[in-house]
Amino acid sequence: MLDSTAEGLPGDELVQLLDPAGTRMEHPLYESYVADATGERLLSLYEDMVVVRRLDVEATALQRQGELGLWPPLLGQEAAQVGSARALREDDFVFPSYRENGVAYCRGVEPRDLLRVWRGTSQSGWDPYSVNMATPAIVIGAQTLHAVGYAVGCRRDGVDTAAVAYFGDGATTQGDVNEAMVFAASFAAPVVFFCQNNHWAISEPVGLQAQRPIAERAPGFGIPSVRVDGNDVLAVLAVTRRALERAHRGDGPTFIEAVTYRMGPHTTSDDPSRYVDPRQRAEWAGRDPIARVEAHLRAEGVLTEQAAARVAARADEVAAAFRAGCTSLPQPAPLSIFDHVYAEPNSALDRQRSQQAAYLRSIGEVAE
Amino acid sequence: MTQLTLAKALGSGLRRALADDDRVVLMGEDIGALGGVFRVTDGLQRDFGPDRVMDMPLAESGIIGMAVGLAFRGFRPVCEIQFDGFIYPAFDQIVAQVAKLHYRTGGAVRMPLTIRVPYGGGIGAVEHHSESPEAYFAHTAGLRVVTCSTPQDAHTMLRQAIACDDPVVFFEPKRRYWTKGEVDETVLDEPGRAELMDRARVVVEGTDVTIVAYGPLVATAIDAAVAASDEGLSIEVVDLRSLAPLDLDTIEASVRRTGRLVITHEAQQSGGLGAEIAASITDRCFLHLEAAPARVTGFDTPYPSARAEEHFLPDLDRILDAVDRVLGRANALTGWSPR
Ligand SMILES: Cc1ncc(C[n+]2csc(CCOP(=O)(O)OP(=O)(O)O)c2C)c(N)n1
Repeated sequence: MLDSTAEGLPGDELVQLLDPAGTRMEHPLYESYVADATGERLLSLYEDMVVVRRLDVEATALQRQGELGLWPPLLGQEAAQVGSARALREDDFVFPSYRENGVAYCRGVEPRDLLRVWRGTSQSGWDPYSVNMATPAIVIGAQTLHAVGYAVGCRRDGVDTAAVAYFGDGATTQGDVNEAMVFAASFAAPVVFFCQNNHWAISEPVGLQAQRPIAERAPGFGIPSVRVDGNDVLAVLAVTRRALERAHRGDGPTFIEAVTYRMGPHTTSDDPSRYVDPRQRAEWAGRDPIARVEAHLRAEGVLTEQAAARVAARADEVAAAFRAGCTSLPQPAPLSIFDHVYAEPNSALDRQRSQQAAYLRSIGEVAE
Repeated sequence: MTQLTLAKALGSGLRRALADDDRVVLMGEDIGALGGVFRVTDGLQRDFGPDRVMDMPLAESGIIGMAVGLAFRGFRPVCEIQFDGFIYPAFDQIVAQVAKLHYRTGGAVRMPLTIRVPYGGGIGAVEHHSESPEAYFAHTAGLRVVTCSTPQDAHTMLRQAIACDDPVVFFEPKRRYWTKGEVDETVLDEPGRAELMDRARVVVEGTDVTIVAYGPLVATAIDAAVAASDEGLSIEVVDLRSLAPLDLDTIEASVRRTGRLVITHEAQQSGGLGAEIAASITDRCFLHLEAAPARVTGFDTPYPSARAEEHFLPDLDRILDAVDRVLGRANALTGWSPR
């Protein structure tokens, strides 16, 4: 009853440019948006996806080895993340949830910085302004409103920068996300809502959140929407470029539903064997986002043995640095818990800080 | 009697509540097939069906708001909020609607809602997963706010909360979910056998200092009492259980015996329950107090990242330091030390 929706069922209108076998498809509207994405350019998207998957698998292993408290895998969502992130201009600003490590990698976040939050050594991994990407929002959907505000701010400032909000299918139930859509439409905000419908909100199938394809909701808010094969990096690149073009041009918000599948657990603490039908998962394994680009690039003669070796070496190199970076993250100093609570001096907190320092000294610990 | 973890004792309490009253419905994210992220509701949907144990779409305001409507219709919803930090999207429904409907309707409408919230730190979690938001709710008239520290209390108090005609925010100390203890599941079968959920309990008797704790810190306070007894000190530990209303009579009686009070909680200090207890007990026992009440709490900072949480959470040593303070012995805070 509930599981019929947003399945990417046959007959659903999904933008696709590369089918699961790696065959290039024609599309009258989106073709022109990826005219440049051939040869080396497509190979670099492939490399991004391979590296992102490698980082993700490595982080999952680090969690299993006790080096991370938790990790939210993005296995299966590489095309949705790389395709959308590579469509962005440098000045566009991203408001992610916790799963957008692939997007963060593409934005230029240092791989080891992806781990800080999950290792528990700091509250955020990077300075948002250094890569034009906010740090992960854990409260579901909160970031969508932030994106709208940022986008409205860009307009006020007279720049054509856009904001992009990433969120899941589950998030679309939250009030914040619905409010964000109303506000975006009200103020014609240059914002792209990028929903990764990975079919699950932890154990809850997308059908519990939506009885109709999620992309159908946005037009009711006055926002044009598109449903794309989220495992097709070219199609995702194309639809995101088009949505950003609209935003940059001042034509307001767009909603993208990237239909994909979460191949692993929700996080490393989750147990999908309790709720995932292995047949459904196996079916999606046949639509792997990396395999289809690989097949296509091999058929085109772009992914030669030499190129494949180069990509593999690159993944090895990034993964090794990632692992080493993880274990070298510094332990926070005891009194650092008092840092950055306020931007301006606060005498009450300063008092607590010095009391704690005195306490730490009394038990023979170095406070700073 | 059976040995159960605190989480399983909650689960068995929910199971009894569902079996005893067919107006009880469970509502929450992932509480069905998954059994909740902490498995508290494990097996309940299988046994009672999806109409009694409802996996809810992902929106906390929606869950509580819909529960209000069900309560209007005479149901007794038990809502699970997945983690402490996710109760805020539901805050408006809880404090502006749930808390006030009985009052606003002159008693015509009952709100027998139970809102279960795994709370507190100490499990190395990420942001929004270690908060102690109890004071916000204790500050709101019309809500009862309780928390448990043992498997038996978890079981009994949860059933009492569900049976209560007032809304109850039920805070579950998540780092104690795996604590085991004896649970008597028949305790509510005869009236009068169970202690009331709004009565505090003296868990360790002592004569020198009273330590008031609740939820996750009761075990820590007991450890402190044991450690202090090695030094010849006799410490009394009071487990509050109910945070609103507060059982000040039990604390007062204890402080009249010991003359000294230490209050401990994980939540931030300013405006916290420790302040309320210190003020109320000072008011009631001014002439019996040998020293100003001391608080050992989280600091007025957001909950820090996992690898720094040990510096935020009250531990045995910080509690003992406060014990020294109220005894006028050498301690870190006043810097006083005997010559
Ligand atoms: C407000 C809020 N409620 C509950 C949670 C707990 N939680 C974390 S992730 C999640 C599921 C989110 O699903 P979806 O939005 O589809 O994103 P996905 O994780 O699948 O990428 C839930 C319920 C939360 N983080 N925030």
